[in-house]
Amino acid sequence: MKIALPVSKNSLDAAVASSFGRTEWFMLYDTKTEKAEFLSNSASSLQGGAGIKASQSLVDGGVDIVISPRFGENARDVLAGAGIKAFKSAEGGALENIKLFLSGSLTPLEDAHPGLHNHGRR
Amino acid sequence: MAGGNTKIAVLSGKGGTGKTTIAVNLSAVAGSVYADCDVEAPNGHLFLPPEPETITEEKITVLIPSVNHEKCSACRKCVDFCKFGGLAFAGGRVLVFENLCHSCGGCAIICEEGAISEHKKQIGFARTGKAGTVSFIGGSLNEGEATGVPVIQNIIEKAENKGGLVFFDSPPGSGCAVMEVVKACDYCLIVSEPTVFGLDNLKMIISLSNLLKKPFGVVINKALKSSGIIRDYLKSIGREPLLEIPYDSNAGKICSEGGLLAKEDAFYRSLFESLLEKIKITEGED
Repeated sequence: MKIALPVSKNSLDAAVASSFGRTEWFMLYDTKTEKAEFLSNSASSLQGGAGIKASQSLVDGGVDIVISPRFGENARDVLAGAGIKAFKSAEGGALENIKLFLSGSLTPLEDAHPGLHNHGRR
Repeated sequence: MAGGNTKIAVLSGKGGTGKTTIAVNLSAVAGSVYADCDVEAPNGHLFLPPEPETITEEKITVLIPSVNHEKCSACRKCVDFCKFGGLAFAGGRVLVFENLCHSCGGCAIICEEGAISEHKKQIGFARTGKAGTVSFIGGSLNEGEATGVPVIQNIIEKAENKGGLVFFDSPPGSGCAVMEVVKACDYCLIVSEPTVFGLDNLKMIISLSNLLKKPFGVVINKALKSSGIIRDYLKSIGREPLLEIPYDSNAGKICSEGGLLAKEDAFYRSLFESLLEKIKITEGED
């Protein structure tokens, strides 16, 4: 199983980032090998549609689970379309959140915000 | 151009400098066409209310892709082509995000299976009417749409069909919507105000006018004798303001009540008349 989290930097002690679509990095954690790798988020600088492009990278990367503090409606739709389940991150670093998820302590991420960028604008 | 300018874009980078005030008043003293291109927040009709019996209204639509999942071979070429994040591929299916689509039509062209067709979606409306001696043209973009450019293009087309002298009341900024208006005009009338923000945005609009090879003139609105920030800049590029409109609380009051300065106050009427003459005869200087 592959777990993805938006993270603040590309190292194991990274915190969970506050934004999903515009995070600089994703941590991809494979529960089989117990190894983490980092994916640079090329969507972070897009003018619009960052949540969609970021989600697309995770779908293409074969991710099964996303852990994030929040996400937008468009990201939710792409992830749900690929059968990826999303969970709400808790306080603490990325690795702690993975442990919390594996012990069943995280709750599903249900409230998608209506987007932060370019809604009703240019 | 011979005979002077006929299509005037009233511009400013910063919002709230007085584009609409100047555009509606010039239109009123000229008895011309007034075209409100600020489709995200149109307000020219507050000063020039079109008479109800003359109003015509047209829906503005754009084309949005629909995917035939039976025909789709899941090659993803359309998803990779879209630069606006309007398409995604998840769970073996192409997903369409209508609010990000810019209606370029590229996905339908690039699809080798003929799996993408396009359907119309209304994004706003454009309308025309008569407001006294002024021919009113305006429109509005629905909330949440990607771009107002299709509505603006329709307004410009209606104004060009009408012919004669037109004042285009531009949206603020210097992005795609503003460029659409600048491209259509003969002359850029830039409205600035004596603030640091006003100056910074004035420079951006002058760059845009130069880039699109349009002559321009600058009006300083809300001017104080003591505030030379715009005057000094214009001097440094060898230009002078066409007009300075004084900072005047009485003018603010008239505008806030939806009144036309040129109608309510003889001083302003003569100011706008002299500005109109300058604009009509100004030839390209840059």
